[in-house]
Amino acid sequence: MEPFPDPLAFPEPAEPEYSLHLYITGATPNSTRAVRNIKEICELHLKGRYELVIVDIYQQPELAQQEDLIGVPTLIKRRPGLVRRLVGDLSDHDRVLKALGIMRLPDDL
Amino acid sequence: MQAQNPAAASALPKLPKSPTGIEGLDEITEGGLPLGRPTLICGSAGCGKTLMGIEFLVRGIQEFNEPGVLMAFEETVPELAANVASLGFDLKNLQAQKLLRVDHVHVDRSEIEETGEYDLDGLFIRLGYAIDSIGAKRVVLDTIEALFSGFPNQAVLRSEIRRLFRWLKDRGVTTVITAERGDGSLTRQGLEEYVSDCVILLDNRVIDQITTRRLRIVKYRGSTHGTNEYPYLITEDGISVLPVTSLRLEHEVSDQIDSSGIPALDEMFGRRGFYHGSSVLITGTAGTAKTTLGASFARKICQEGKRCLMFVFEESPQQLIRNMRSVGIDLAPFIENGLLHIEASRPTLNGLERHLVTIHRLVKELDPYAVVIDPITNLISVGNMAEVRSMLTRLIDFLKVSNITAVFTALVNTGVGRAEMTEEGVSSLVDTWVSVRDLEGVGERNRGLSILKSRGMAHSNQVREFIVTDHGIELLDVVIGPTGIVTGASRLTQQLAEHAQDLAAHQEAERRDRELERRRRVLEANIANLRTEFESVEEELRQITTHEQTRHQTLQSGKQRIAAANPPIQNPPAANPSGE
Repeated sequence: MEPFPDPLAFPEPAEPEYSLHLYITGATPNSTRAVRNIKEICELHLKGRYELVIVDIYQQPELAQQEDLIGVPTLIKRRPGLVRRLVGDLSDHDRVLKALGIMRLPDDL
Repeated sequence: MQAQNPAAASALPKLPKSPTGIEGLDEITEGGLPLGRPTLICGSAGCGKTLMGIEFLVRGIQEFNEPGVLMAFEETVPELAANVASLGFDLKNLQAQKLLRVDHVHVDRSEIEETGEYDLDGLFIRLGYAIDSIGAKRVVLDTIEALFSGFPNQAVLRSEIRRLFRWLKDRGVTTVITAERGDGSLTRQGLEEYVSDCVILLDNRVIDQITTRRLRIVKYRGSTHGTNEYPYLITEDGISVLPVTSLRLEHEVSDQIDSSGIPALDEMFGRRGFYHGSSVLITGTAGTAKTTLGASFARKICQEGKRCLMFVFEESPQQLIRNMRSVGIDLAPFIENGLLHIEASRPTLNGLERHLVTIHRLVKELDPYAVVIDPITNLISVGNMAEVRSMLTRLIDFLKVSNITAVFTALVNTGVGRAEMTEEGVSSLVDTWVSVRDLEGVGERNRGLSILKSRGMAHSNQVREFIVTDHGIELLDVVIGPTGIVTGASRLTQQLAEHAQDLAAHQEAERRDRELERRRRVLEANIANLRTEFESVEEELRQITTHEQTRHQTLQSGKQRIAAANPPIQNPPAANPSGE
């Protein structure tokens, strides 16, 4: 779906480095936690370098098929690098960071 | 949708069912799958689980006007469409008409990272959206266990799948879930069979190098169902399930008589032929003209302007026609005018069930008046005895129920197994049993025909010799020799001897006649002699009498003359001669 980003052209100034889409189902506990978690992670590690879209698939059910969603919540990382799908409420920060390809900040260690 | 079972309205409400439209399956399930509930179809690879699911959807759309959703976890939409196109299911077109929605769910472990708690709401929403968008009544989830390979958290999955089944029930859609068969359990996860209301097990077995597919309903909550294993086939028209026997022995019977095509054979039956709709078995050893008997019957049916269907497992149609022509049975014209259809196939070409399906299909298509199967014993090479028997039972049942006269030929060998097969397996099912056999005499074989049984009519008890002439089969008159009925050369000898005897007797009679005639003539000659003798004696006597009278008269007249001339006292001189 997404064209593979050209490494030479990277980073493109017009677009933020990280493009994240979070698909949730209304205000279920999992969804709420996921929203909180992703916001936290982004603010902590990707400040100013990301774009986060939160989609409620109750509102747009057609997207469920389009995005091939099964488990909810799902976070799809569209950029940079390969598209990754993260299923769950994102409470396992280590796995989230690893999957997003973010190096931990020294002060976190 | 609720009005599918009108008979149930009066009594207690029966479980509403959703007919599948799959041939035979609705019969076994007594109406279809449980309406608005999930049904599991499980089986090992290559059983046709997906196909059955798709057929359920497509038939639902085409025959019952119920739109459907297919959620495929394993195959992509184009793949599925291509796979079922050969069965005449046009998924693309159905999708375009908004009667079908196909959603391929791609599950890839490598793409999915679990980062905490989650549920499968994504799937629910997708499904819900698909159902709502076309108003679907039927849903097929093709191999839901694919989820287990993508999501490592089994506990979540299991509870979510339970929730999914519940949710589907609440939505009131009739759902079919397919699952791979596990070791020792119906499914790999051992989950789906407990949450489904109906479980259909598909099985693919290879026995003696021949594959048979079988279907069994393991459970059906709230309904009775056929419990046997039913063979099923994947044919050009989809899945076809064959109930082992649908015969309840309540078929209509006919009083009409069908001729066997051989007048002399008809004579042997009390009512001059077979009852219409009965089954006739012709058994015999090799080369006893079983096929010829079958072909004569077929010709007779066609001559009467009725349709006949012949299944031959030994010869090609051309060969059969040529061979039958040599004995004066010309089948070619009937093939040309469409009254006769010859379906030839090698028995080993298909499994037994497939043969049965072919026969079913052709019988339904052509609606024949009579069917000839030559020979049924060849099918043994395909299956084992029990299978062949059950297949034949079903076949005979089917033909009887359809009120079609059926003639089967069967080869009987002197070997152990096969003779029993015929005797035990089929003969009790057939109504008429004609046996043809070799009557082996001194240095020759002759063909003998007898009727072993004929239900509902008297029949001859004689073994009739018959010969195959260039104008068909001819039964010969019974010839009785000194030791019983004789055949072949003995018959000819007997006939010659009888002829010679006749001749001798005839000659003897003639001789006697001649003798009599001669004697008569001799006697007559004697009589004539005697008569002549008598006549001469008579003549002589008459002459003497005449002379006497003449003399007497002369004497008298002389005396008068003398008396007149002389006085009476004078002695007459002529008195002396008269006294001599």
